[in-house]
Amino acid sequence: MCECCAQKKDIYLPQLATVADISQMNVTEKYLRLAMDDGPFDYIPGQFVEVSIAGIGEAPITISSSPTQGDSFELVIRKIGRVSGAIHNLQRGDKVGIRGPLGQGIYPVEESRGKNLVFICGGIGMVPQRSFIKYVLDNRGDYGDVAILQGTKSYDLRLFTAEIEAWGKRGDVQMIETLDEGDARWKGPVGVVTKLVSKVETDLKSALILVCGPPIMYKFVLMALAEHDVPHQNIFLNLERKMKCGVGKCGHCQINHAYVCMSGPVFRYSDLASLPEAI
Amino acid sequence: MTVKKLTKSDFASLVEDLIRTENVIGVQAKGDRFDFAPLASAADLRLDYDVTLQPPKKYFLPPAEVLLTFEVGGPYQSQLDGQKFILLGVHPYDMIAINQMDELFRQDNCDTHYLTRRNHATIVACDVVRPSGHVFASSMGTAVVKQGYDVLLTDVGDSYVVEAATPKGEQLLARAQNAVPAEPQALKRREDVWARNKKALNHYELKCDPAYLPKVLAKSYKHPVWEEKAKTCFSCGSCNQVCPTCYCFNVQDDVNWDLTTGQRIREWDGCLLDGFTKVAPAHEFRKARADRFRHRLYRKATYVPQKIGGQIACVGCGRCVGACLPDIANPVSIYNRLIDDLGIG
Repeated sequence: MCECCAQKKDIYLPQLATVADISQMNVTEKYLRLAMDDGPFDYIPGQFVEVSIAGIGEAPITISSSPTQGDSFELVIRKIGRVSGAIHNLQRGDKVGIRGPLGQGIYPVEESRGKNLVFICGGIGMVPQRSFIKYVLDNRGDYGDVAILQGTKSYDLRLFTAEIEAWGKRGDVQMIETLDEGDARWKGPVGVVTKLVSKVETDLKSALILVCGPPIMYKFVLMALAEHDVPHQNIFLNLERKMKCGVGKCGHCQINHAYVCMSGPVFRYSDLASLPEAI
Repeated sequence: MTVKKLTKSDFASLVEDLIRTENVIGVQAKGDRFDFAPLASAADLRLDYDVTLQPPKKYFLPPAEVLLTFEVGGPYQSQLDGQKFILLGVHPYDMIAINQMDELFRQDNCDTHYLTRRNHATIVACDVVRPSGHVFASSMGTAVVKQGYDVLLTDVGDSYVVEAATPKGEQLLARAQNAVPAEPQALKRREDVWARNKKALNHYELKCDPAYLPKVLAKSYKHPVWEEKAKTCFSCGSCNQVCPTCYCFNVQDDVNWDLTTGQRIREWDGCLLDGFTKVAPAHEFRKARADRFRHRLYRKATYVPQKIGGQIACVGCGRCVGACLPDIANPVSIYNRLIDDLGIG
C-alpha cells in the first residue's frame, strides 16, 4: 500500500461557492449563478457538479452555462427532491458546497468543429444542452449549420424564453420550439419534439445529433433519426443517472459496466450497444 | 521476507503482548459461529474458524462512517480515521477481496477515507484449517494468497509457520522472541497445507476456470435463470451485506441538535435493494427484481473484473449462500447452470 494514496485530497470534500444570482424561471425551475470562493472554475460542456446543502445532502447537477461565459457558472434546478427543494430556498449570498467539475462531459467539442449540429431537447433536457449550445454560438464560425429543437410539455414550463427567441433571430441558427399541449398564448407548433426532426433543414445524415430529455423520449427520438438513416456514431445521448458519489465508487449510476459519472454523462449511441440498460 | 516458526503457545504469548500495547482485532466465536471483533485475550482468538459472519471489509469500509463534518454556511471538514490496528486471522479469500478493494478505492480517484484505514492496518492472514460448508475458494483460485498481507500464518500442527511480508510484518514478528527460522520440514508442511487447501475449499465446484466466466456471461444476458431465481428473491440485500467485495454505498447528511452543525455519513448500500437506482421524483432505472439480481452476478464476473485486470470479484467465501433465505444466491449454481446450457462445460 503506497503511503501517498492517503495523502491525496479528499474526493468527497466540497468547496464553498457563493450564490451570485438566483431567480425563479417558471413554476418548477430555479436559475442559479455560482462563484467558487477559492477562484476560477474550469469545466467543459456536459460536465456536472455535486451541489451540497449542508444538513440536507448532495445532488448531481449538470452545468448549464458555457465555459466561454467567464469564471462563474450556472445551474438550473427543478424542485423535485430534498436537495433541490433546499436549493430553491437559497438567497443571493448564501453558501453551497460544490464538488467538481465531474464526468468526462464528452460532448464532441473538438470532433464537431466544422460539422452541422442538431440539438434535440425535451423539457429540461435543454438545461445541460445549453452549455454546449452557448459554447457553439460563442464560437459560431467554427461550426456548420446549427439547428435547435426544443419540446416542452406546456406553455408555462418553457425555459430560457428570451434566449431561445434571441437564438431564433440570429439568422444563423434554425430554432424550432414545440409544445406538447396547445395553449391560447402559443402560436408555434404543437406536438412532441420528435415531430420536428423532419423539419431540420440541414442534412441529418452528416450532422452530429445531440439529444437530452426525459428517459421516455430517447427511444422515440432514435426511431425518428433511424428514419433519416443517421449513423449511430453521430448521435450523442445525455444519460444522466443517480451520480451519488460522482467519482466512480458508489455504484448508483452504473449502466451495466459503465459508470455514468466517469465515462458520461454524454454517450455516443454507437458505444451503447454493449450497455443494454442504457435506454 | 522472513519466514519463521513459532510454537502455538509462543504465538499466544505474542498475541497477549500485542493486546497490551496495540488495538487488536481477531476472529472469535459468536454463538456457534465466528466473527471479527476487538480481542481481549489470546484465548479468545480462534484461528481454527471456518468462516466469519461478516468479512473484515467493515474495518476499512465501515457499515456507517463520518466522511465530513460541516457547519451551515461554513467550510466542510474531512474526517479521517487514522487509528492503527492489527487484524488477526484473515483467510486467503478475504485477503484477496481486500486486495481487490484496495485497487478499486485507489484507482481513478483515491478514496482517502478507505485508504487511511487501510494504511493504518497491519493484516495477519492465516491459511484455512477448517473449510466452511459453503466455501468454493478452490474453484475461484482464492484458497491461498501470496500478497497483500503483512504476516501470513500457516498452522503446521503444534506450531505456526510465520511469514513476514512487509516492514510492518517484520516489526510485528520481531516481537516474537522465541521465533526460530522455519526449517525445511516446516516449509514442506506449509506447502502441503497450500496444496490441500487448493483442492479442499471446494464445497461447490465451478465447472470452468473462473477466468472464463466473463465469456459465459457475455452469452447469458437474456438467460431465463435471472427471472427464475429472482422470483423468490426478497430483495433483502443480505448477499450484498455479507459479500467481501461488495462496496456500493450511500451518503446522507445528519444534522445535530443545534441545527447548524452536522456530519455527512457514508453507509453501505446494496444493488439488490429496491430503490438503489431511483432518482427524484420516482424514476427507477433498474427497477425489475430480475435485473437487479442479474446485476450482482455480472458485477462479480464481468463489470468489476474490467476494473481490476480481469480478476473475478467473487472470492468463493460462500457467505452469500449461507445468508440467502430463499437459497438463490449461490454464484456457482448459477454460473454452472449457464455453462451447462451453453454446452461449454
